[in-house]
Amino acid sequence: MAAPSATVDDNFLTHEKGILSWLCTLDHKRIGLMYLICVLSAFLLGGSAAMLIRAELWTPGPTLIDHQTYNQAFTLHGAVMVFLVIIPGIPAALGNVVLPLMLGAKDVAFPRLNLASWYLWVIGALCLITSLITNCADTGWTFYTPYSTTTTTSVIPALFGAFILGFSSIFTGLNFLTTLHKLRPAGMTWFRMPLFLWAIYATGIMQILATPVLGITLLMLIVERAVGIGIFDPALGGDPVLFQHFFWFYSHPAVYIMIVPAFGVVSEIFPVFSRKRIFGYKFIALSSVAIAVLGFLVWGHHMFTSGQSIVAGTVFSGITFLIAIPTAIKAFNWIATMYKGAVHLDTPMLYALAFLWVFSIGGVTGMFLSVMSTDVHLHDTYFVVAHFHYVMMGGAITALMGGIHYWWPKMTGRMYPEKLGRIGAVIVLFGLNLTFLPQFVMGSRGMPRRYYNYLEEFQPMHQLSSLGAFTMGLGFLLVAYYLLRSLKTGPKAPDNPWGGNTLEWQTTSPPAYYNFHTPPVITEGPYEYADWTYDAKVGGYVRISKQAKS
Amino acid sequence: MTHSLVNSLVTFLAAAETNDPERFTPKVPESDHFWVPNEASTMAGTVDSLFNYIMWVSVISVILIFAAMAYFCIKYRAKDRESNQAALSQVDHSNALEITWSVAPFFFLISIFVWGFKDFVTLYTAPKNSIEIYATGQKWKWTFKYPNGFVDSELHVPKDKNVRILIKSVDVIHSLYLPEFRAKMDAVPGRYTDLWFNATKAGVFPIYCTEYCGKQHSDMLSQVTVHEGNGYEEWLVAKEKEIELLPPAELGQRMYKQFGCAACHTLDGSKNTGPTFKGVFGRVETLSTGQQVKVDENYIRNSIMEPQKDIVQGFPPQMPSFKGQLSDKKIDGIIAFLKTVQ
Repeated sequence: MAAPSATVDDNFLTHEKGILSWLCTLDHKRIGLMYLICVLSAFLLGGSAAMLIRAELWTPGPTLIDHQTYNQAFTLHGAVMVFLVIIPGIPAALGNVVLPLMLGAKDVAFPRLNLASWYLWVIGALCLITSLITNCADTGWTFYTPYSTTTTTSVIPALFGAFILGFSSIFTGLNFLTTLHKLRPAGMTWFRMPLFLWAIYATGIMQILATPVLGITLLMLIVERAVGIGIFDPALGGDPVLFQHFFWFYSHPAVYIMIVPAFGVVSEIFPVFSRKRIFGYKFIALSSVAIAVLGFLVWGHHMFTSGQSIVAGTVFSGITFLIAIPTAIKAFNWIATMYKGAVHLDTPMLYALAFLWVFSIGGVTGMFLSVMSTDVHLHDTYFVVAHFHYVMMGGAITALMGGIHYWWPKMTGRMYPEKLGRIGAVIVLFGLNLTFLPQFVMGSRGMPRRYYNYLEEFQPMHQLSSLGAFTMGLGFLLVAYYLLRSLKTGPKAPDNPWGGNTLEWQTTSPPAYYNFHTPPVITEGPYEYADWTYDAKVGGYVRISKQAKS
Repeated sequence: MTHSLVNSLVTFLAAAETNDPERFTPKVPESDHFWVPNEASTMAGTVDSLFNYIMWVSVISVILIFAAMAYFCIKYRAKDRESNQAALSQVDHSNALEITWSVAPFFFLISIFVWGFKDFVTLYTAPKNSIEIYATGQKWKWTFKYPNGFVDSELHVPKDKNVRILIKSVDVIHSLYLPEFRAKMDAVPGRYTDLWFNATKAGVFPIYCTEYCGKQHSDMLSQVTVHEGNGYEEWLVAKEKEIELLPPAELGQRMYKQFGCAACHTLDGSKNTGPTFKGVFGRVETLSTGQQVKVDENYIRNSIMEPQKDIVQGFPPQMPSFKGQLSDKKIDGIIAFLKTVQ
């Protein structure tokens, strides 16, 4: 490996050339970009499945595809979006690029493990795609037994894929936790850490503690299906509700694995674009940890109608309500951050505001579902579909989009077109609401989810929803178009286009191979903007030198 | 290229409703409410009051959040980057505010939780004197067994009486959902679950399966008829009599529909999850073991009682056993019916 050259143009993108220099790289930024490419390709696949589903639901009867294909399409959509897109989206893709930069470090603690995690992701994704092309699983992403052990589709490759993806997630969490403990720069105390890193920290805890449970559960399911050992299937002496307990013991924390990093991204964007210190830093930081801990104790709220005992249901419902508090605290603090700020409505900020919008709706509709009596009516209807899409799609994906735009200049060294960016954000937000608001209405009116055929009464709502989905699809195509185009034609990005004070903005765009020439020393919090001033010649922010200030 | 795309889009948007005429589709009665279906049980109104309370809390909090967000965006919007506008204040914490916005929602949340808990206990504690009806979920059909042993594919209940439904499944997990009664419970293989209601409105309301159960999950529909006065008892007696007097082949045809055979076995020769019944009697089938058998009375009877034993080649072993569910008379009827399907 060549030593970092001293030329000005040398950066991590140009440092080495050729496809092998990417596939064998140990550089966290390159690994992050490879994750980003993979995650966005998976997003295209999962999104296409979503478009197919919404097109099929245009009429109450058969429209484009048959029963079986429809069931396979929603299984594919769910599994791809959860395991391949949202879970690795912010932590593995953006986190990999940004985390060591924010720490002023050269890399993560275990660069080889980091590359191995990416390869595990690829192998896991290939397993899922194997299932897709052989005879796509039709179980739904939840793999409920005994359906998943008796269906004739190829469930085992899909399970095995999710199993391997779990390891990718565990290793990433482990790597980030170690990095955060060991590689913080001189002067960066825990409470001087950027909130994105607090979020990644909380996520890491959940990834390490919850994901092994999913692994073992899927393995048991594989054993039952392949060898016929009775664990979950009552015909073999097993218990199908046990599977649900195991599954949600992972998959509820997984919801927070998906959304807590999104909180982190938004917590970075709000102060930078308000030119103001974040409001309630400690509350936001510690609420991430509170959510991570409480998130382990609420899995039974997915099972109020499964025949689980009333006592268990009560406990799960109660703890679920407790989680609402740290979540609400965050939202209030973000709003308070804008108070008396100097708010710039650039694309990342628009996505952050969109996040606040959709996440508020996703949050309050969660109350209907955590209340046991109203959940009985709403469980497994479109109300639930709308709720978790507002949180997952509206929350996690919106924040991912915000994060991509926010760090795009840093990652690629190019600016995206600001005007198109804003138009794209507005189209996506409009489409999102048009897709999922009608789903709340049809859900509370009794429309069950995962229905290929439906009663005519629900057709107008379904058509509105489909129109919204197509709008959103076009919005994302627009975003993809201008982002890809900006790689070639975008103007060169300044080091600090938004005026952030976290360390990643204090190196070049794109960063050098070793990130920083001298290890930075931290003397203040991450959200101090007094030292930065906009310089029109640079097109970005520059630090006011100490002499000039005095 | 673009032309054909536009054309196919137009045909797609104009796609006529190609509804399968065979598919049973219950009607949803016009509701008096915007958000929820009609309230047709004693618990429906109770659950809806809480639903409305949460709705108000939600709408008000969301409006407040949106208003604050919009107001701050407009009021504190910076002119441009060049003017290097600084924030008007760098205030970054207020413990009083943090405590207020943590504790205030807490009271609302507690009230919602306690209210929901109380209703849930009532929802799932069936009164002692209830009429008990057994519901069985199977791919992709509900069957209901009444106290006198009569079995039907639709649910009939009396108005103003407590009815407890004991639910089981013979294959995978299903979920019995009666939206107008705000009642739902999973049908889990290997155990009984239950729900209860007291219907307060006469009429016909839809029944759905809400736990994904495979290919025709969305066709696993039925309906509940709420009878006034003695209507329920009269219906039950009349149905029993009707069945008694049917000639065997017609009885068999009735059973074919009631017990969900139609979900897998077609009558028109098309292939489905199970072998078609067209011309099945007297046909020579190749079993999964390679053995050849002629379909006669005994083969049909065995296939109903122990369906996993002799599987026809090329079909998945998915059929549940009907042992104990069908009387000899009904099995004779099914055999007679199959002889007529040629």
